[in-house]
Amino acid sequence: MERNKSKPIVAAILFVFLLAMSFSIHPAGKPSETKMDDFFIAHGQEETGSNNIVAAIVFDYRGMDTLVEASVLFAAATGVFIALGGGKK
Amino acid sequence: MNKGLSPIVKNVAAVALVPITVFGLYVIAHGHLTPGGGFPGGAIIATMTALLLISFGTSWVKAIGKERLSMAESLGLVGFVGLAIMGIGKSFFNNFLVGQGLFFGNAVAFGPNPGWLGTAGLIPLMNMAVGLEVFAAISLIAITMFTAEVSK
Repeated sequence: MERNKSKPIVAAILFVFLLAMSFSIHPAGKPSETKMDDFFIAHGQEETGSNNIVAAIVFDYRGMDTLVEASVLFAAATGVFIALGGGKK
Repeated sequence: MNKGLSPIVKNVAAVALVPITVFGLYVIAHGHLTPGGGFPGGAIIATMTALLLISFGTSWVKAIGKERLSMAESLGLVGFVGLAIMGIGKSFFNNFLVGQGLFFGNAVAFGPNPGWLGTAGLIPLMNMAVGLEVFAAISLIAITMFTAEVSK
């Protein structure tokens, strides 16, 4: 009984909290720190020769991240292969 | 052994197979110019495998060979690491082909431009390696899950 009474109160507190948080988010497209973004936009094209800044970051500046991402996929395929009977019958 | 679906489905799948593959290859090849790249392109080509599995059944899997797919997967990952190591003279993942005038090494104009395929140095090559790896990995997962036998 006590639980059911407290449910609307919790919901109201959560609603007010989320509303306040949604107003306190900084506006889209205006990050507070822009040094890195400005560097990539200014130098990405001449340093990597790639028109696509996202590709320049994913495959050049943060290539290590992509490498490990690809290894995760490799590990996933290996795991499925081991678990579901890829071996000799 | 799964025999697949009706001849209508098989014919439609056979027709749809070519555009799907071409679109996936396009996404991989233009990874440095347009949104896309190795990961989404490889996944698009891997949908072709899923389509083949569902419409044609599993009779063609033996002809392709899981070992060959596994080999392609490893080759893609090893190629990716190899391309990254090739620039080790300066640093790991050093894009040494940019501006050399060689393969994919044409200088790119600064600012908005229509985009040329032969730019960006290592990035398109890495896209191709990752595309091969992702295609083979997802195909392997799909084939293994589709052909898995439930043990009693």
